[in-house]
Amino acid sequence: MLGIVIGVAAVVCMVSVGAGAQAEVSEKIRTLGANLLLVIPGARNSAGARLESGTQPTLTEEDAASIRRELVDAQVAAPLLSRSMPLVAANRNWVTLVAGINADYLVAREWQVANGRSFTGEEIASGAKVAIVGSVIIEELFDGRAGIGETFRIGNVPFTVIGVLDKKGLGAAGRSQDDVVFIPLSTAQSRVLGAVRGTTRQALDFISIKVSDAAAMPEMEREIEALLRQRHRIRGDAPSDFRIENPADVLIARGAAVRTLGILLIAVATVSLVVGGISIMNIMLVSVSERTREIGLRMAVGASRRDIRRQFLIEALILALIGGLMGAALGAAAAVAIAWKAGWPILISPWAVILACGFAGFVGISFGLYPAHRAARLDPIVALRFE
Amino acid sequence: MPPLVRTIGISKHYPSGGTIIHAVSNVSLSIEHGEFVAIHGRSGSGKSTLMNLLGLLERPDSGEYALKGREAARLSEDTRAAIRRKDIGFIFQLPALLPRATALENVELPLVYAGVPRAERRRTAKDALDHVGLADRSHHWPNQLSGGEQQRVVIARAMVNDPALILADEPTGSLDSSTSDEIMSLFEGLHRGGHTIIMVTHAAEVADRARRQITLHDGRIIEDAVASGKRSLLNAIPLASPP
Repeated sequence: MLGIVIGVAAVVCMVSVGAGAQAEVSEKIRTLGANLLLVIPGARNSAGARLESGTQPTLTEEDAASIRRELVDAQVAAPLLSRSMPLVAANRNWVTLVAGINADYLVAREWQVANGRSFTGEEIASGAKVAIVGSVIIEELFDGRAGIGETFRIGNVPFTVIGVLDKKGLGAAGRSQDDVVFIPLSTAQSRVLGAVRGTTRQALDFISIKVSDAAAMPEMEREIEALLRQRHRIRGDAPSDFRIENPADVLIARGAAVRTLGILLIAVATVSLVVGGISIMNIMLVSVSERTREIGLRMAVGASRRDIRRQFLIEALILALIGGLMGAALGAAAAVAIAWKAGWPILISPWAVILACGFAGFVGISFGLYPAHRAARLDPIVALRFE
Repeated sequence: MPPLVRTIGISKHYPSGGTIIHAVSNVSLSIEHGEFVAIHGRSGSGKSTLMNLLGLLERPDSGEYALKGREAARLSEDTRAAIRRKDIGFIFQLPALLPRATALENVELPLVYAGVPRAERRRTAKDALDHVGLADRSHHWPNQLSGGEQQRVVIARAMVNDPALILADEPTGSLDSSTSDEIMSLFEGLHRGGHTIIMVTHAAEVADRARRQITLHDGRIIEDAVASGKRSLLNAIPLASPP
């Protein structure tokens, strides 16, 4: 009985944690934008030491434009240049990520402007001092006011808010994706970010590429690599000065780690269910021998062997299901405790409970078979004489 | 119409230690519809085994048995179960009720196995309880009933499926004499109502209430008499009386 409770609890807990992790991964992939590839500048070789990737400012807006122009599966190729900058509005200030983009970036991330509007082509071309901000910025700088039309400074440069983005929630790194300010890339390059850290004005942090079809992703990686190597005039077996990443892979890998824990819990559940099954068999064998006379009476008034077998199978099933329901409650409680203590996302689905109780029922039937068979095989005369 | 019960030379023996006990040896008898028969004998005379054979709880080792003219000696366990629930009502020595079922549920039991729908079997069982005068005890548990009441519930259960044959094994075995008398009156009522009753007992005064008395000794019939109210007939047989 206890075994069934523990087994079912483990199944429910495991499925809840697993489903929660799965839901989190898919949610993050969704907020990331589907079918996204990132091209990141490569590491600089400085006196033989390879520095952190991204230290070599090798990607340009032209690279992004050519990817979009030459590769048919590239729906958009959005350049991005970003840096942490101090923002000031009236008497409030806030340090956040300021990113120079063009309108393509919001397409690539499947990110909608909730309030206001996106950049116009002219604003991007002319380097206008306009900004689209995330919801966190509205909270921190404008106290939750609509924000549209208000001005603030990035460093010393004044900007006007023209749009507020839809909420996206936490990103893969656990940082709020809504804590961000987007400005036109040309503005970023010429006025805000361009000249800092000694990079050239054309340098980018990365290019986001939205691929039109998931099946075309591996092919796209090869094509982008070939195209950029050609553009950067990298010969033969020399290493590329950029990297291509599929951010969804990282998230999927994290999901897999949770799954490993799930396998462990399944092992616990299996052992517990078998132990529970054996204890049910024990209970039923005792019950059959205690109720031998009852079985004889039932047979005398006309119960067939099948009737007797069914009766004891149902009793075993009920025992197992009671254990199953207790286990489901315990498992759900454990999952909630995990969510609360470890901060993992969980998802308690009714399917997990049904599945676990189904397992319990299966165990009840399997281990109830032998006692039920013993009861059904009793000789009515012997059973009736039993005291 | 064939006799309700007809046996030709049925025998049943059990191994016991190194020897074989001939519980029933070569018994031939014939019982017609509507008879009230007492099978009488000392303990160990084979009367209970004979009743179990007639009630299809046991298979004879040899001999012929026909119930309602149909061969019944060599049937499978499930076929015998089917005949038991349709044609035979059993009355056992107490305790013969399921302890975890109410009086009504106990009476319903044969109908449950016969597949009678719930509403109908409830009604039929109520009628049967009413017949034995326990309509107001329907929802009592067996341990809330007196011995006589329990035995009447057992009788209601035995007659609820309107069986061709009612078999009673020491129906008054654990009851005091006045309660025994009530139970026997109930049997006489059933007999008058057209039921066929075979009753096994070791008590002569109980056997006396039946119309026909069959006396067993060491598994053989030594006397088969239609009673005319004279005890002297039985007393005249030395083998049947206690030593």
